[in-house]
Formats: sequence, C-alpha cells, structure tokens
Amino acid sequence: MRAALFVTCVSDVLYPRTGIAVVRLLERLGVVVDFPAAQSCCGQPQYNTGYRYETEPLVRRTVRAFAGHEYVVTPSGSCAAMIREHYPRIGRKAAAEGRGSELAEAAASLAPRVYELTEFLTDVLGVTDVGAYFPHTVTYHPSCHGLRGLGLGDRPRRLLAAVKGLDLVELPGAEECCGFGGTFAVKNPDVSAAMGTDKITAAAGTGARVLCGADNSCLAHLDGLLRRTDSPLRTLHLAEILAATEEEPPS
Amino acid sequence: MTGTYLGMPAMPATPRMPAVPATPEVPSFPEAAREAVRDGVLRANLRHATHTIRDKRARAVAELADWDRLRAAGRAVKDHTLRHLDRYLLQLEEAVTAAGGTVHWAADADEANRIVTDLVRATGEREVVKVKSMATQEIGLNEALEAAGIAAYETDLAELIVQLGHDRPSHILVPAIHRNRAEIRDVFRTEMGRWGRPAPGSLGDDPRELAEAARLHLREKFLRAKVAVSGANFMVAETGTMVVLESEGNGRMCLTLPETLISVVGIEKVVPTFRDLEIFLQTLPRSSTAERMNPYTTMWTGTMKGDGPTAFHLVLLDNGRTDTLADETGRQALRCIRCSACLNVCPVYERAGGHAYGSVYPGPIGAILSPQLRGTARAIDASLPYASTLCGACYEVCPVAIDIPEVLVHLRERVAQGGPATRAGIRVTLRPADGHTAERAAMRAARLLLDHPGALRAGERLLARARRLAPRRLPGAGRAWTDSRELPTVPPESFRDWWAARERSTPR
Repeated sequence: MRAALFVTCVSDVLYPRTGIAVVRLLERLGVVVDFPAAQSCCGQPQYNTGYRYETEPLVRRTVRAFAGHEYVVTPSGSCAAMIREHYPRIGRKAAAEGRGSELAEAAASLAPRVYELTEFLTDVLGVTDVGAYFPHTVTYHPSCHGLRGLGLGDRPRRLLAAVKGLDLVELPGAEECCGFGGTFAVKNPDVSAAMGTDKITAAAGTGARVLCGADNSCLAHLDGLLRRTDSPLRTLHLAEILAATEEEPPS
Repeated sequence: MTGTYLGMPAMPATPRMPAVPATPEVPSFPEAAREAVRDGVLRANLRHATHTIRDKRARAVAELADWDRLRAAGRAVKDHTLRHLDRYLLQLEEAVTAAGGTVHWAADADEANRIVTDLVRATGEREVVKVKSMATQEIGLNEALEAAGIAAYETDLAELIVQLGHDRPSHILVPAIHRNRAEIRDVFRTEMGRWGRPAPGSLGDDPRELAEAARLHLREKFLRAKVAVSGANFMVAETGTMVVLESEGNGRMCLTLPETLISVVGIEKVVPTFRDLEIFLQTLPRSSTAERMNPYTTMWTGTMKGDGPTAFHLVLLDNGRTDTLADETGRQALRCIRCSACLNVCPVYERAGGHAYGSVYPGPIGAILSPQLRGTARAIDASLPYASTLCGACYEVCPVAIDIPEVLVHLRERVAQGGPATRAGIRVTLRPADGHTAERAAMRAARLLLDHPGALRAGERLLARARRLAPRRLPGAGRAWTDSRELPTVPPESFRDWWAARERSTPR
C-alpha cells in the first residue's frame, strides 16, 4: 500500500520528529510513504481567523499536491478536519460568489481521501497493536477537532493501550479544550492560558510522565505552559509513541 | 420557591427599584475576560455551577433514546418557521386578536420600550411585576420604565438577586450564577428592606432560608401588582397561545394575578402549531435545567372573562432579527430557544464569566447573536466572534443544532475582511473592522510564503540557523504567547530537509 504524508506546517517546521515518526511507523507496517514536496499549510489559521479569501490559494495548493494519491495521512486531527469539513464549505462559497465550481470539485475529491493518523491505522490498515514499546505512564488529551470534528472516538486510546510497557491513565476532563484554538491563544491570551493551566494541572495530577496528544499545535501550547513550571511532565505526539520500539526509543 | 400559601402581607410604601446599571463603555472581550480570569472566587463559582449542570444535562439527555431525532425535528420546525416567518406572524396576530388580545409591532428597542411605557401609563399604575425575560433585558425595558417613573420588580429568584445587588445577569438561565450563597445572603440582608419586606436579621446562607426570605419579599409584590410584564418561550401561530416555562412558579403568579399583562416577545419565538410544542417541551427543560419536565408550564390565549388578566398586549420585537434572518449562514442563530446548554459546556465562558460578553446573551450563543443583532461596529461586538477556540462543545449540546463554530468563523470573516450584511432591512457592504490592518498584512505575507514552497524552505532554514538567537519574549502580538508560555524550540532541521536528505541517501 502507498500513502502520502501530509506532515502539516507546524510539524514540518517545529516538530519534524513527529513526521519522522509517522514515516518510520508506516514503513514498519508495510506502507510505502510519499512526501509530495508541493504541500504547504492547509490554511486553517487563515480560515479560522476570518481570512477565507487568503485561504483559497492554499486549498488549491493542497488539493493539487495530493491529486494522485489514494490515501493522504496526517498526524493532526485539526488539519484533517480542516480539509474534510471546511474545504468543501470554502469551495461552495467560492461557487456561490461566482468564482466557479473548480474549488468545490477539487475539495470534494480530496476530502474523502484524507485520514488522520489513528483513523488510517485502525480503519484502513486494520491494526490496533502497531508493535510499539514505550515503558512509561501516559495520559491522553483528545484534541477538540479530532474528538468532535472527526469523531475519532476511542481509536487513539485503543492504539495506546496496545503499546507494550505503556501504562495509560485517564485524564480528568479530557474532553475539555486545552485553550489553544489557533489565533485564540494570542487574541485571548488570559483565557487561553487559564484553560491550558487547568489542563496541565489535571494531567500532572494523574501521575503520568507523558502528556500525549495527536495535534502538535495543542501540544506546543501545553508544552509552553509546562516549561514555565517545574513539572516532570512532558508532552509527546502520539505518533512518536507508536513509532517507538525497544531498539529505537523516541529521541 | 414552591410554597403556594397566599397570606396578606404588610404593605410598606416602597421606593423605586434600582435599575440595572447601564454600561455605555463596554470593554472588548479579551479585556473584560482578563479581569474575570484573575477573580478566583468568580472562577470557582462558575466552575462549580457549570460543571454540576452540564453533568446533569448529559444524564437527562441520555435518558431519551430519540434525542437525535428530537434535535433534528426541533431544528426543522424552527428552520421552516423562519423561512415563512411573515406568514406565521400574521397568522399569530390574527389568532391573538381573535382571542381578545392586542398585538403591537416594534422594529427596535426604543419602539418596544415606548409601547410598553405607554401601555403601563394608560393603566395609571406606577409599578409592574416582571416574569424573567431575555427580550425585555435585551431592550433595557427596566431602565426605560425607570426613566418614565415606573418601577419594574423582577420576580425570578436569580433576577431578584441580580436586581437587588445592583448587578448585571451573567447567564441566560441562572443570571446570578456568578454569586455564591454567602454573597446572596449579604445582598438580601442589606437590600431587601429598601424595596419591600426586609430579610430576617438572622438570615443565614442556607438555600432554604434564602428562598423563604425571597418568597415573603416577593409575595407582597404579587398581591399588589396590577400590571405584569413577561416574555414568552414560544408563541403558537395557529391558536395565538403564549407559553412560558419556569421552575419557581413566580412567573405564573405574574401571569395570572394582575389585571393587565404585557408580553414582549422576539419574532423568532413563533412556532406554527400547538403540536410543535411536543418537541420543545422535551428538549428545552432537559437542555437547560436538566429536568425531564420543567415544574411550571403556563399557557394563555388572549383574555378570558373571570380568569386571569382582563387585558393582554403582545409586543412583537424585531430589533435586528429580520436583518439576521437575511444572512444565510448567520440566520441559524434565530433557532435558539435560550436553553443555555452552550454556556454550561463552554470552557471560555467558564473562565471569562458572563459579564465579559457585554450583552444579555453571554457564552457561545451570545458570541454569535449579539454581533448580528447589534452589528460589528463596536469593539465588543467585533471581539465576540473571536471569543471561542472553536472547540465545538456548544454545537454538540445545542438542542436545535445551531452550528455555532460555523457562524463564529462566518462572523470573523465579516469583522476581518468586511462583506455583505443587512442593516435595517438594507443590503450593505461592510468594511473590515478597525484594528485588523496589521493582522491582514501578516495573513497575506504568510499566505504568500506558504504558497511558495521554495520561499518557505528558505525561511525554514533561516529560522533553523537563527534558532539560538530566538528571544524568550516576543514583541507585538507574539507577546501574548510568551507572556505565559515558552516558545517551541526550533529544531536544526525541518521535516522537509530530513526527507530530502533521506531521499538522496537511499534512492528508491
């Protein structure tokens, strides 16, 4: 099987280890990974902040970059939700405003081919035990777009529970937003930090050493708050845990 | 407040009630929220209350196997009614008139206030009792009556607490949610005596004691009042029936004892048939108070000889609603049945409190309703669409399936980029709100960079090379991030470069 990796701009620039982990993991599971270099940002920050017109070129770029791929895998629930939920909406609005149906058609062709990583593993590859080894206590924060936007359900938890050596502890108030919310974090910094502080306090209270998530933007916010405390807790993307083996632990 | 015994209380001469303080200079949402986030007592009060009610709501909703179908049906009925609103409102007017009521049409708050003031004046009365109503708060009716020398007494327990405390409501359903028991006791002790029967000197903070003090205080008002003012949860077009749902029974006192009843109701509250109530009488109580059925449902149709008020006036309020109806994406906000489930699950509301929204409609629904009803010209209204992380919890609980995140993004576009809108019935093109010039420039620059992978790659390498120079504190908008959070450390190599290097070393 072949799959294209949509690494997302945040992971590309700030968290390359996540992308590397996805490649290692998928290759270990027998998937041939492509990385179309023409890919860029999905346009979520622009769109969510109210700049729909600025988003359109990025929609076109993303659609073109993945035109020939049957499966597009991304380690971000919010970027997947952007493509699946909002690209068609952006396309419909462009058509309604007289800019033709091209964008709507392109969005409709890409949306069903995009999978968030845990969906791809469980639904397409049909695996729960990916052969990972990670001997630590872990708690999982399900980011809002994965949870409510994509309806990932217990897929991430099932994958984590099957990791050898991993002790999964429940995060109290797991379904509550961490307070990142894209530009919300800078437009409403006080509320954002208050939400994030409640989240890391709850996570630290579980006794876990690792706060795991499947969206690097949420993790950047939580990690940024954690590093202002003396908590031994650290954040890690789900992909890095799933890619870890006894021979190759996460860096 | 379940006592039904009606003795004859002493009736001291009472001065006029304080109107809720007007707030002409409303700060923007982030500014107001900053204060609230720092108030530990407020945050604890809000957290306790919202978490209790959200858990109860989830249990009450889970009891119904057909919740999803009820939700879809509620949405469909509301959408259908909104699409044919002109027809149903005329049908309603006809039915109310035939039943002995009088219908008045109010285009905006001023007109509605004028109509109600004139109606009260015509009775010769100087005071009215009020049933909790969002519509009358929206138009500032109490203040308008006060200016006309008419005292308006709130009779809902929580509204009473707010009014006595010279405070503003901070929740649609639980206006005094931001107050704890001890604070309420203090308000009752110091204020009740100034407006009527005083609280007992020994008043403690036990809820039962507090409720009893309010009951005795309110009873003399119910028995004396000749005029009542209410809103309505629903209006039935085919029969002209008004419907009020409540928990305490105080509303029913106001709706049945006075001689004149004036109801101010938003035009979107109409439903076509009596049978449509079947849906909302299930979804509203479960979504709002987490009850299977609300304790009091009062319905009245016009007037009836020898029973209830002898005069009934219905003031149909527009106040920005038809403008909202003209907006294809935004109009779904008019489906709202004011249950407040979205407030109780909103993590932003929980930290910021209701006052930060600068409107009688706080929380997620307020963030999409206020900028539509009032426009986006003021700083507070331009900031409200951004008062959300788009986490989607509000959409998930909404009993009429309003896609609040979708409308928020739509309104952000209006604020950031301008665009078409309807104001006072006229199609206009709005300019972007002030203060978005730098952001727009940054978004354009980012778009250019992101749409040119070569430039992006060069930028990434520049960032990686300069990573040791990265400051701990950022200037400008970035400061908002670094004030409370560390910046992510820039890695020496981007994923893109790692991939390219690997491709070169192991060609496939």
